[in-house]
Amino acid sequence: MSTKNQQKHGREKGSVLLEMRDVYIEGYSDDKWHPIINGVDVTLHRGEIMGMIGESGAGKSTLGLAAMGFARPGCKIKSGSIMFDGMDLMAISETERRALHGSRIAYVAQSAAAAFNPAHQLMNQTIESALSHGIMPKTEAEEDAKKLFAALQLPDPDNIGYRYPHQVSGGQLQRAMTAMAMSSRPDLIIFDEPTTALDVTTQVEVLAAMRDIVDQFHTAAIYITHDLAVVAQMADKIKVLRYGNTIEDADTRTMLKEPKEDYTKTLWAVRSLYKEEQANEDVVLRIHDVDASYGGGVKVLEDVTIQVPRGRTVAIVGESGSGKSTTARVITGLLPPMSGEVYFNGQPLPPALKDRSKEQLQRIQMIYQMADTAMNPRHTVRDIIGRPLEFYLGLRGAALDNKIVELLELIELDESFIDRLPGELSGGQKQRICIARALAAEPDVIICDEVTSALDQIVQEGILKLLLRLQEELNITYLFITHDIATVEAISDEIVVMFQGGVVEQGPKTKILNAPFPPYTELLLSSVPQMDPDWLDNLLAARAKKGDVMKASG
Amino acid sequence: MSTETDQGYSAAGEVGAVRARRTMSENIWRGLKKAPPTAWFGMIVISLYLFFAIFAGILAPYGEEEVLGAAYLPSWFDADKDFPWDPRFLLGTDQLGRDMLTRLIYGARNTIGIAVATTALSFGIGGTLGVLVTIQRGWFDQLMSRFVDVLMAIPGLIFALMLLSIFGSTVTNLIIIIAVLDATRVFRLSRAVAMNVVVMDYVEAAKLRGEGLFWIMRKEIIPNIMPPLVAEFGLRFCFVFLTISALSFLGVGIQPPTADWGSMVRENATLITYGSATPLFPAGAIALLTVAVNFVVDWFLHKTSGLRDEH
Repeated sequence: MSTKNQQKHGREKGSVLLEMRDVYIEGYSDDKWHPIINGVDVTLHRGEIMGMIGESGAGKSTLGLAAMGFARPGCKIKSGSIMFDGMDLMAISETERRALHGSRIAYVAQSAAAAFNPAHQLMNQTIESALSHGIMPKTEAEEDAKKLFAALQLPDPDNIGYRYPHQVSGGQLQRAMTAMAMSSRPDLIIFDEPTTALDVTTQVEVLAAMRDIVDQFHTAAIYITHDLAVVAQMADKIKVLRYGNTIEDADTRTMLKEPKEDYTKTLWAVRSLYKEEQANEDVVLRIHDVDASYGGGVKVLEDVTIQVPRGRTVAIVGESGSGKSTTARVITGLLPPMSGEVYFNGQPLPPALKDRSKEQLQRIQMIYQMADTAMNPRHTVRDIIGRPLEFYLGLRGAALDNKIVELLELIELDESFIDRLPGELSGGQKQRICIARALAAEPDVIICDEVTSALDQIVQEGILKLLLRLQEELNITYLFITHDIATVEAISDEIVVMFQGGVVEQGPKTKILNAPFPPYTELLLSSVPQMDPDWLDNLLAARAKKGDVMKASG
Repeated sequence: MSTETDQGYSAAGEVGAVRARRTMSENIWRGLKKAPPTAWFGMIVISLYLFFAIFAGILAPYGEEEVLGAAYLPSWFDADKDFPWDPRFLLGTDQLGRDMLTRLIYGARNTIGIAVATTALSFGIGGTLGVLVTIQRGWFDQLMSRFVDVLMAIPGLIFALMLLSIFGSTVTNLIIIIAVLDATRVFRLSRAVAMNVVVMDYVEAAKLRGEGLFWIMRKEIIPNIMPPLVAEFGLRFCFVFLTISALSFLGVGIQPPTADWGSMVRENATLITYGSATPLFPAGAIALLTVAVNFVVDWFLHKTSGLRDEH
């Protein structure tokens, strides 16, 4: 990276900081030890950022924690050596290891909201590790924290530390957590999916801030993520993991340009799905001038008008808080609007759920973001898919079983799944079962609320392909809520852009995704990370030039 | 977050290995094999008690209300040469000359039977209402919760004493009154745990499907709040048991000549002053059952709390 000549705390760039050799880690479940990591090597130099990518279950987080000499409860580091700056982390005592954590090795977790104590101000938590390790006195640490806040481009760096976690936004909290990790000037920071929970617009700022600060202090970092585009911006070199094995190791540009292994190539190829857009004049669902609020307070939706053509996919995009999910709640009747109507097949739908007929409920189905919580953990697949069949179509006995198997085959699973519980399914399989449950009702419209955002890219692609195929075969209409533009490009016919409870624009995909854009659409589109390692630099340069048309909620 | 993702999802979406499915009996057997010795002790004691309660008629040497000899004959434990032990009465006789052992065995049937009925009723009332208000919310929840607050504000034992003196101390009244008073606690618990389940997407999905209130309660919520409720059932059972004993001790509980441990302690309490162990037998029976039930409950709580032991 750059060779800025800043304060280095006597650190040489380039020497080996962390060396893990032949690490084996096992996890305990079902009365047995299962291998999680099978002999992985990691070499990390000072001032270097290593990206670690792979699907969930690949062992990324486990390996990241092992770099601290730590194994989660229920896991153990079976063999291998972990050398950190000449110290063998496996050999030193628990106390010595604890002294390293927080002072020389820091960890930034995925959910900043869960990592901060809501009862304390940010400042106290930011400087806690510096104080408890006796690195600097309190006043000095506070001054230093303010500098870090400024370096991370937090607004009002002198005073933001005296706020409580709930008083700042998610992106700010994530940056404050980076400041917390940096406060004791560690040699190594482990970022575990630090931006996965953020909107694209916020993500850009956090990424830029993190990269800057790591660069400034010559800290080494391990960056764990499943988002390839993000890792392309952050990392000097990339390690691809699968089932606890290293698949490929290379520096970022080489890896992006010419991946060697087939598996890596499939990871790279995922974003190639594209649907040819088609128009349709026949409107199946129309939301007309809807205003809505929770508990009669601030309006979360204002004058929302959306048209959904039959047999097509309409994607609603926008950052969190833009009213996407609230729109879905209005359509389903969970949140009766203050004013405005929802028309279905030309007929107005009763605003409240309890006034709708079974027939009306059957016609609009919903698929949720978290398949885990969308299925009762105590119900088998038979119960889950069977219930709507029984409830709406009155199927019983053998006819019911046959129909369940038919649906399972439709979603590319087979009969053997019928008696499984949700806990016995993988993430992608769970989402497929949820799709089958929605299909069982034989609906006209399915509302998909961020259905792929909790999944890995390969699984995502599978689910999206399935949805497209089902649309072709069954002429189903999708209302697809998402913040992921890549998904939108892949499956939509029309796009609705929402911002702060209002519709910015609605139109065919090709029109919305091509210039000229309204300012917000442009900000949203330009914030989507690209697979080009120079993307972030170029974007920041371009934005600095234009002087930020519209500051994101950051 | 990533912890769950990493361990819960098996890799590669569709080909991942999934946990082998077991039948229910296999699961129960696996659980039992792993039970700690305290839990085994608890289960054995409880089975013994149940055995005695069920077969009281066959096992007891005499009839429940039969007066057989002199009052206050000593047990083998207290007997000495001035006060010899009558081999007909292993544990001696009570204040009317009835056999203590017989009364103890019949007492198991009455005391445990009433306690089970009371606890079951209180869970029926409290559990159902607690879950219903979480689905319904609004004024119904407010009304029920405030009403329960009022009931809970009155000290339980005194309230029970008062109600029993108003309605009369029959066994039915006893069961209903204690059950209603206890249901307030169960209501609070089930409301609290159901609150976490009712916000899940699968409950919303059921509502969107147009399912009725009772279907949602029965199929979606109750199966998911069973572990804490079952654990609570064990604890409540002990408390009910102690309440009945306390009430019997105060004279408004189970009425003579029905054998019941609480009243047996009371009737023979005076003997304690003479250094006799007789009142300690029914008292010990209560204590042992309470300990046994709690051992089992502790094990169950630990098992369902999902805590993983560190290895």
